[in-house]
Amino acid sequence: MKEMEYDVLVVGGGPGGSTAARYAAEKGASVLMIEKRQEIGSPVRCGEGISLGWLEDYGIKEDESWLIHRIDGAKVVSPSGFTLEINAKMAGNEVGATIRRDFFDQMLAEMAARAGADIMVKTSARSLIWDDKHNVAGVKARCNGEDCIIKAKVVIGADGFESQIGRWAGISTVLKQGDIATNFQYHMIGIDIDARFSEFHLGSIAKGGGYAWVFPKGEDEANVGLGVTLDMIKQGGEPKRLLDRFIDKHPELKKGKIVEQVAGAVSVGVPPDITVKNGVMLVGDAARMADAITGGGIRNAIRSGKIAGETAGEAIEIGDISHINLYEKRWRAEMEDELYRDWMAKNKLVTLSDEEFDDLISALSEADIENLSVYEILEVVKEKNPKLVEDLMSFL
Amino acid sequence: MIDINRDKCMYCGACVGTCPVNCMFLYETRVEVDEEKCIKCGFCEMVCPVGAITLIKEAKA
Repeated sequence: MKEMEYDVLVVGGGPGGSTAARYAAEKGASVLMIEKRQEIGSPVRCGEGISLGWLEDYGIKEDESWLIHRIDGAKVVSPSGFTLEINAKMAGNEVGATIRRDFFDQMLAEMAARAGADIMVKTSARSLIWDDKHNVAGVKARCNGEDCIIKAKVVIGADGFESQIGRWAGISTVLKQGDIATNFQYHMIGIDIDARFSEFHLGSIAKGGGYAWVFPKGEDEANVGLGVTLDMIKQGGEPKRLLDRFIDKHPELKKGKIVEQVAGAVSVGVPPDITVKNGVMLVGDAARMADAITGGGIRNAIRSGKIAGETAGEAIEIGDISHINLYEKRWRAEMEDELYRDWMAKNKLVTLSDEEFDDLISALSEADIENLSVYEILEVVKEKNPKLVEDLMSFL
Repeated sequence: MIDINRDKCMYCGACVGTCPVNCMFLYETRVEVDEEKCIKCGFCEMVCPVGAITLIKEAKA
């Protein structure tokens, strides 16, 4: 049986995995990243909308090979059609874009490779190897259909929503039904849309526990999708059914031609209490770090991937594996408040009725908001619906 | 038992990440269920975005 040995093994070749592999390699560790599929980034399981302005912090240069369409802002649409337009100025100069996730992920993997990390595709981790001190010492895997053993001092679980590595290592990444969003999406061509804006449609269209989205990919094309939380579902196949209904009722989207369909689930919860255990660290979606309001996971995967990669690299450098425990403190200091704030806001938003969504969005759209801060929003809403503000204040 | 319609399945892994007892595994393009570990909760059926999973309740002997 083929045997390999590395300082750091990263399982999963998405944004979190590639970023962790890159930063660990830059610290001088020997790094292997394995990806179960034959191609990095494919098939895409993503709405492909991201914010810009933070990428350069991670050495990522904007490039039109993957950054295919820039947007000016977002429109949040209530059940009766009230629309709140959020522009870059209101959102703290943060603008957005629609990307090609397959090319984006490949670019990140190439950066990891250039930093010195080895990469093996069509290689799937099947179980963990433990040492006599009850630490994880690597994985048993299938590499191009052959059994192989990959030994490593540190294993980074970047295996996305499936989150197998963490659970094998004894970290509970099980989510409550209300903290799981299941999604379906079409890539549509030939639609007359306002390509300057992403759209978010709230309310009973997604059973109150999610939203439908339109993310433009060009002048006449977009990713059109819908996500709904599991606690709202009584029958399988619900995201596809609700999306088909949304499109059927929409005069423009109805005319679109479908060239691709995408399915997947995402965490809209918060990370487990422990993300480092027995020599294993979890990053990104595997650690339930996707944003609970939007379900967006790319940015937090890259943020946590960098911290995990650097911490693992340092542990190797100083020859003390217990140093990886610092990862817990480091990512929480940077990300935890934000994750909990958005999770609590999500838990409130899912309780709103269509009428309350209408009240909220109409009040906000009429007001002259310069800065989309939470407090400014609450001030505006208070005039129209004091009860709603009272509820919202309780978690702030 | 858990019936997976492989023609409908888009092997997205939604069921795998949702399973509370981790009895499912995605082998590239094929989801397998460990029926011994399965607690028949039906979450995998509900979470499947395309309705490819059916929990079949076995008749009592």
